[in-house]
Amino acid sequence: MFAYIVRRVLIMIPTLILISIVSFTALQLPPGDYLTSYAAQLRTMGEQVDEEALNSLRERYGMGQPIYVQYWKWVSGIITRGDWGQSMEWQKPVKELIWERLGLTVALAVFSLLISWGIAIPMGVYSATHQYSIPDYLMSAFSFLGVGVPAFLWALIIMYFAQTKLGINVGGLFSEKYINAPWTWDKFVDMLKHLWIPGLIVAIENTAGELRTTRANLLDELNKPYVELARAKGLSERKLLWKYPVRVAMNPFFSTVGWSLANRISSITLMSIVLSLQTTGPMQLRALMSQDMYLAGSFLLLLSALTVVGTLISDILLAWVDPRIRLEA
Amino acid sequence: MKQDQLLISVKDLRTYFFLDEGTVRAVDGVDFNIWYGQTLGVVGESGCGKSVTARSILRIVPRPGRIVSGEITLYRKCDRSPSLRGENPSQQIEEIKLTDLDPTGREMCSIRGTEIALVPQEPMASLSPVHSIGNQIAEVIMLHQRVDKHTARARTIEMLELVGFPKPKERVDSLPHQLSGGLRQRAVIAMALCCHPSLLIADEPTTALDVTTEAQILRLLRNLQSELGMAIMYITHNLGVVAQMCEDVIVMYMGRVVEETSVDALFHSPLHPYTQALLRSIPRLGQKTRERRRLESIRGTVPDPYAIPKGCSFHPRCHQRIRGVCDQQEPPYVEVEPGHKVRCLLYQP
Repeated sequence: MFAYIVRRVLIMIPTLILISIVSFTALQLPPGDYLTSYAAQLRTMGEQVDEEALNSLRERYGMGQPIYVQYWKWVSGIITRGDWGQSMEWQKPVKELIWERLGLTVALAVFSLLISWGIAIPMGVYSATHQYSIPDYLMSAFSFLGVGVPAFLWALIIMYFAQTKLGINVGGLFSEKYINAPWTWDKFVDMLKHLWIPGLIVAIENTAGELRTTRANLLDELNKPYVELARAKGLSERKLLWKYPVRVAMNPFFSTVGWSLANRISSITLMSIVLSLQTTGPMQLRALMSQDMYLAGSFLLLLSALTVVGTLISDILLAWVDPRIRLEA
Repeated sequence: MKQDQLLISVKDLRTYFFLDEGTVRAVDGVDFNIWYGQTLGVVGESGCGKSVTARSILRIVPRPGRIVSGEITLYRKCDRSPSLRGENPSQQIEEIKLTDLDPTGREMCSIRGTEIALVPQEPMASLSPVHSIGNQIAEVIMLHQRVDKHTARARTIEMLELVGFPKPKERVDSLPHQLSGGLRQRAVIAMALCCHPSLLIADEPTTALDVTTEAQILRLLRNLQSELGMAIMYITHNLGVVAQMCEDVIVMYMGRVVEETSVDALFHSPLHPYTQALLRSIPRLGQKTRERRRLESIRGTVPDPYAIPKGCSFHPRCHQRIRGVCDQQEPPYVEVEPGHKVRCLLYQP
């Protein structure tokens, strides 16, 4: 098992190198760079553009150089100094901008994952064991609604009701007085109070699909001979259900933790724009539009790295729950 | 060996499956008895209701099937502790109507595994792929005998040894896919026997195995029976296995018992035309070349379960059918000789 994990970690290294190359190249593909779009923006506002100042900036950021030189500068800075480059738009080092937002995004993704598992698994198990009962139909209806209605729409609906009926401000992740405050226990508690609404919204979309997956997988397993034999051994229905078929039906959950988290990060982007949350999504979108390449590139690289790590975690989890995989590795 | 004490009596059992396409009468009026220590063979083609009968006894008929009528009675010996057996030869017999119990209730669960155990058809699919065989066997021991983990594990190893599992100590933690089919079936047998059931239901336990392994498993079952003295209900479609294993046989066709007899009578004087046809469809070794004949098969196929023929359900395939009788009248179940019953209009008194 240990050798397996070490091998998987080693495989991650070339994967990450490849990802960094691809994301950096992709960022360079659109014509122009941050300074040309900056200049264009200034011109539309009717301001004078100082060509000389632009050129000196271009020099400073190394923009005239070939791509591989720029790439090497960026990557070696990350590895040797933990320097992710300079955000041109924010006039700040990238590392000052991203970590808090990344942390919030991951927290939100994990939180919504736990919520949706907590809802989807018991409901899916109930649905499968009471197939074609009224609660089963209700849950199916709920899950179709969840799959069909996009998360940002839920966000708008919930925001409307919370604001008008309950009088709660659901925008943002913090109360006003904590937004720029340093991290304290009170700030953390305040965050948790705000986190559950976006967590729930992201969860709704995924819960629905996971409920269907649990139901379908479990229905497949319920009629397998090993379940019948467990019953013939005299185990009570509840005991045998959770020990045998549910355990096997859960495998897809563990094997998809990785990209399930990545999916959530995408859903969070849209929802963060609607609810104005300080997650990575809105900032990354803006960085991409203004060609603020070091900021955008760092986000891309970090989120991809998270996906890769997520895949590793899901593989380890799967090997832990399904010994057939453990032994083949 | 067969004893005088009745173990299970099945009376007019009917188990139907209610599907969208209609009702399938998988078991449609079955009567038979199993005695303590008896080996009863249950023979018939696929879909004749053998397995459903077994599952009805265990009360694990899968949905949408259910027992619609009939009675299954278990005659349980109350005193089963071996230390007292010598002092108290007149054991109390408790009558339990299994058909009256809640199939998922506590009492039925305590009967499954302790009084009646199952050895199913496919040893691969019948074991959970993600739990070790030791875990799956010890679970039964802990459930029914209320012992701790440690004792259960020791007993599991003993049981594996009993069923001829090589190196049980080292292999108790193996996962099913690490074992061969024969070993898996031995593990399943160990699991079934670990609480010393009075009745072992073996539902085609060797169908998925090759012939050599089959012979080993059959020998094992015979030895275990003489050692432990349980009754076996042996479900099979292989008449050769019946000849080797069983004392008595019931032949089933379309959810009914068509003939019940001792194994000798089955092979030497079969009465029902269906039994006779079954026996004619077995190839024989050592037949003289002059007598060489084509191997017969039973003509036609099993009727559609949604359109069971009127009268005797076998009449469309029967050589000896009487027009106007067999396709009209329900055949009665008659005892032609003591212990030899047949459901056929040819033997109507």
